[in-house]
Amino acid sequence: MRKIRVLVGKAGLDGHDRGAKVVASAMRDAGFEVIYTGLHQTPEMIVQAAVQEDVDAVALSILSGAHMTLFPRVLELMKEKGIQDVLLTGGGIISKEDMAALKSKGVGDLFGPGTPTTAIIEYISGWVKQHRRSKVGA
Amino acid sequence: MAKTETKQPPRKAEHAAPAAMPEAAAPKRLFETLSGIPIKPLYTEADLPKDAATVGKPGEFPYTRGLHPEMYRTRLWTMRQFAGYGSAEHTNERFHYLLGHGMTGLSTAFDMPTLMGYDPDHPMSLGEVGREGVAVSTLADMDILFGGIPLDQVTTSMTINAPAIVLLAMYVVVAERRGITPDKLGGTIQADMLKEFIAQKEWICPPRPSVKICVDMIEWCAKNMPKWNSISISGYHIREAGATAAQELAFTLADGFGYVEECLKRGMDVDDFAPRLSFFWDVHNDFFEEIAKFRAGRRIWATIMRDKFHAKNPRSLQLRTHAQTAGVSLTAQQPLNNVARVALQALAAVLGGTQSLHTNSMDETLALPTEEAATVALRTQQIIAYESGVTETPDPLGGSYFVEALTDRIEQEAMQYIKRIDEMGGIIQAVERGYPQKEIADSAYKFQQQVERGERVIVGVNKFQTDEEITIPVLMIDPEIERKQIERTRAVRAKRDADKYAKAMTALRDACMSDKNLVPFVLDAVRAEATLGEISDVFREAYGVYREPAVF
Repeated sequence: MRKIRVLVGKAGLDGHDRGAKVVASAMRDAGFEVIYTGLHQTPEMIVQAAVQEDVDAVALSILSGAHMTLFPRVLELMKEKGIQDVLLTGGGIISKEDMAALKSKGVGDLFGPGTPTTAIIEYISGWVKQHRRSKVGA
Repeated sequence: MAKTETKQPPRKAEHAAPAAMPEAAAPKRLFETLSGIPIKPLYTEADLPKDAATVGKPGEFPYTRGLHPEMYRTRLWTMRQFAGYGSAEHTNERFHYLLGHGMTGLSTAFDMPTLMGYDPDHPMSLGEVGREGVAVSTLADMDILFGGIPLDQVTTSMTINAPAIVLLAMYVVVAERRGITPDKLGGTIQADMLKEFIAQKEWICPPRPSVKICVDMIEWCAKNMPKWNSISISGYHIREAGATAAQELAFTLADGFGYVEECLKRGMDVDDFAPRLSFFWDVHNDFFEEIAKFRAGRRIWATIMRDKFHAKNPRSLQLRTHAQTAGVSLTAQQPLNNVARVALQALAAVLGGTQSLHTNSMDETLALPTEEAATVALRTQQIIAYESGVTETPDPLGGSYFVEALTDRIEQEAMQYIKRIDEMGGIIQAVERGYPQKEIADSAYKFQQQVERGERVIVGVNKFQTDEEITIPVLMIDPEIERKQIERTRAVRAKRDADKYAKAMTALRDACMSDKNLVPFVLDAVRAEATLGEISDVFREAYGVYREPAVF
């Protein structure tokens, strides 16, 4: 079975990349193949990279408060490009209410400050295993 | 390492850490500072510096014990709370509120589009307007932001970097229109671009033209704004990105020496500009380490400015600093606990001898601060200043075996980094090679691993967690602000004198192709009501846009 491939993305103007880099390093050490987009990416650039890299999950880091605009836009573009079977998850300074609102639109679990990297890795591993299985079954 | 079995999504992820830790394997006690400096069981006279002159007296070279003979007995630090959200009107209201509650200096937080030099109607600004700070795109916005504030009586700090030259010009022109000349204006622009490439990651152009523009401002301010700090050389963002205390000190001081060298290359006299260079430290959790860091920083700066750059004016040797409590240390879990963290950090900054201080609000890991949270943060400073008694004598910890030993140790570690950077050919080369960036990312990851192993305790996060959800009110930003800001910016573009605008912009474009100082040209563009985004576009065309290599 191929390794789990994750695109770690920084969307928008936000330059806070400590979290994204720490999570990317932890994922790499856990055996994921990690592609990091670098900073200041538009939703279009992120989705294009997700398609090209054939990833299992897109993990966005947003600490600028623009999450209610950027997550739905990325999700919309993922549907347009036919990769709705890819998980969209992420983290940042996002209130519980906003997390719930984004989840109801189809975004996966989102993680706030203080989350252990192991929790993020377990979530993505679990999601990918379940969805690969269901794809095979279909 | 991570388990890969499928599990329920960890909804209460924050309560699970350190998930993989079996009961029996208690995390080891580190007996080291937050930055990894080993701590001995006992410190004695033997740990004091061999040469007592390296400690000296407050107000005397090398200023280890503080810049002034009596420190806070003569004058308290400036209580300068960073504020900015939504529109210029919102932030102006918050300024008036904080000044009414005893704040003694203004400090402006700008939103992401402003920080990156984009107008609100640029596609990159989508969803970002007014969210992380105040949106200022035009001279009209700047006038509203400082409405009713006597610019010749307050000092104003602006946390602005890549487009700092534009915001400086806007501030000068707003004052000019109120009949106040630049020499009357006191304050600081952050303007330190080197730390942007190292840590904060907000930029327009590549490092070399960015530094050129910084030096233009240092040069222009040295001649025209004697009360203005033309740069605030910042360790804050470097630390927040994950640096250790010694790395914060080393990379920041190396940035400072980098600017000094660039100014000298232009033929400026060191004593003409060095007195207006100012600094900005983070104050993290490790109490004694932070105090030692402030003391070591002053000593290194004074020594190198004297011995390497031959500064003669004592003010050129004095490292004046603003400080801010560590945003990165605050937790989203049990947010009220942050009040205690901020109080301890603020106390360390005061015992370290800071000139100015911002105390973070307890709710900053959740959103921008509410008025109540910002007030508690300010009151924390006032309690230290007026109730704790620590202001009654300078450097009360001077001579402590432990604090002096730590001061020496941090100085040594920082000096090793500074030497390594010199060997690379200076800080600009080191930044272009990604050296400080990599060192910081490695420290950040190491720290996170220690937290996840339980070796570093974060109260409420990996120990003493509660299942109970603790909520506090958070500030919401109205999405309408973005629409209104776009309208206002477009109205300015439509109404201004087109000829005057075109002339000023052509002159600015030409100046970018020469080695002329750009400040007078940006002032004219601002007088002609060019917007922040339009002026930044001129820089983009002239110097190119910086793209960071995506490495982790």
